[in-house]
Amino acid sequence: MAASQVRPWTARQVGFFKPLLFIVCLYPAMRWLWLGFQGGLTANPPEFLIRSSGIWALVALCLTLAVTPLRRYLGQPALLRCRRMLGLFTFFYSALHVLGWAYWERGLSLPAMWDDIVQRPFIAIGVLAMVPMLAQAVTSTRGWMSRLGARWHTLHRAIYPIAILSVWHFWLIRAGKNDFAEVYAYGAVLGLLLLVRLMPVQGRSGNRP
Amino acid sequence: MTRVRIPAIPASQITPEEVWRERRSWLKRSGLAAAGLGLMGLGAGRAVAAPAEAGKLWNAARNPAYDLSDAPTSERDVTTYNNYYEFGTGKADPARHGGALKTEPWTVSVEGEVARPGTFDLDDLLRLAPLEERVYRLRCVEAWSMVIPWLGYPLASLIRKVEPTGDAKFVEFTTVTQPEAMPGLRSRIIDWPYVEALRMDEAMHPLSLLVFGVYGKPLPSANGAPLRVALPWKYGFKSGKSIVKIRFTREQPLTSWMKVAPQEYGFYANVNPDVPHPRWSQATERRIGAGVFAPREKTLPFNGYAEQVASLYQGMDLRRYF
Repeated sequence: MAASQVRPWTARQVGFFKPLLFIVCLYPAMRWLWLGFQGGLTANPPEFLIRSSGIWALVALCLTLAVTPLRRYLGQPALLRCRRMLGLFTFFYSALHVLGWAYWERGLSLPAMWDDIVQRPFIAIGVLAMVPMLAQAVTSTRGWMSRLGARWHTLHRAIYPIAILSVWHFWLIRAGKNDFAEVYAYGAVLGLLLLVRLMPVQGRSGNRP
Repeated sequence: MTRVRIPAIPASQITPEEVWRERRSWLKRSGLAAAGLGLMGLGAGRAVAAPAEAGKLWNAARNPAYDLSDAPTSERDVTTYNNYYEFGTGKADPARHGGALKTEPWTVSVEGEVARPGTFDLDDLLRLAPLEERVYRLRCVEAWSMVIPWLGYPLASLIRKVEPTGDAKFVEFTTVTQPEAMPGLRSRIIDWPYVEALRMDEAMHPLSLLVFGVYGKPLPSANGAPLRVALPWKYGFKSGKSIVKIRFTREQPLTSWMKVAPQEYGFYANVNPDVPHPRWSQATERRIGAGVFAPREKTLPFNGYAEQVASLYQGMDLRRYF
């Protein structure tokens, strides 16, 4: 593999790159603020923000899941150092998505939220994806890693079912409007990112996480 | 049936009439109506007559019987936040692509169970009855709402003119398809053209308005230029836009959204807070323009028009006929 001839980046080199990635990941939130001050959040800002945060959560999820294949195919194991940050951004945008729903759709009323969860499969599926993600965010620290040991890996492998649930959630929302183009696009990217994990590992960079 | 309370009008909520009237009086004064229409992408030829006459036409008197205590939604929101899937599924798509819609010449063919079928051009229709302005609530099935000053006349005026036969039980409205102007037609979301329909008694109801303008001006494409219907007690999708065909039928027509998702969209689609959409509650609505942190408002049965229309549905199970 040609890529494996590239000299692997050091932790320090990735460390330089990481703050840049952090700023890039803040782009959606900055854009919302900018649009908010410009009056550019459309005529229906709550709907715009709920949808936009959901989409960006999916984008962040794709980036998070791209780290492992990139490490392998670029021969750059040090990229692992970006993964936790990307995962936390996935959680950040997902959490904003959920808070947007709770506040704008359900008026922060717990009974109203519960009603929505039990009455609407797409909401329930979203919640099913969110609960393990919350656990992953909480246990993302070094301390929790050592405390949980092997179980930490098990918990964090829940990202695969979370990805599937997220696309399912998205699909159900668009189902009524018969409008699946975006759902298929995200589904295809996430499907591909999950599939490459099943491929046999080869080359020296094949240290599976 | 729930009674609807007509609330007293708090002075703070009344839109200053000057603001509302300003633009059209400007149009009239400056005699620039035709140019204005051209800028709106409707084509200068769209002006129905000399500017002065056009100004008079669009400066129709407001019918106070339909005034609401709710503040009208801003013209900008009314004309730029739309569902009109022929132009694309995004809310901004209709305003973005609408300029390409060719509305001149425009004809509406009237077919089916009528004694006097035929083809009307837009000028015929505009002169068929005097235009009046009515402020209607619009409740979208997506649980948002607006308050809109439409310009039009009762649909019944046109229906009477074409003399439906005794067999006419339903009226079907077909929306234009102009592939060169409407990129959304390439998607297969709906089996184009868009078709909506009403029962005859619904269509004849005085609230059913044949609309030619909004905010004192000809309809922009995004709102259904050059003519559409407005049915304020029904979810917005029932109000067909850019109508090219009106057909009177014996059988209930299969409407577009019923074809797509019959479990989600019924034939009647009367606004009903007690019948949730499968994917969201219809109990409350978000008033467009109310502000980012404004609380949702309670949705009223028949969108607040129960007093006028509830009798049309007496004895019907509105959960079944949603």
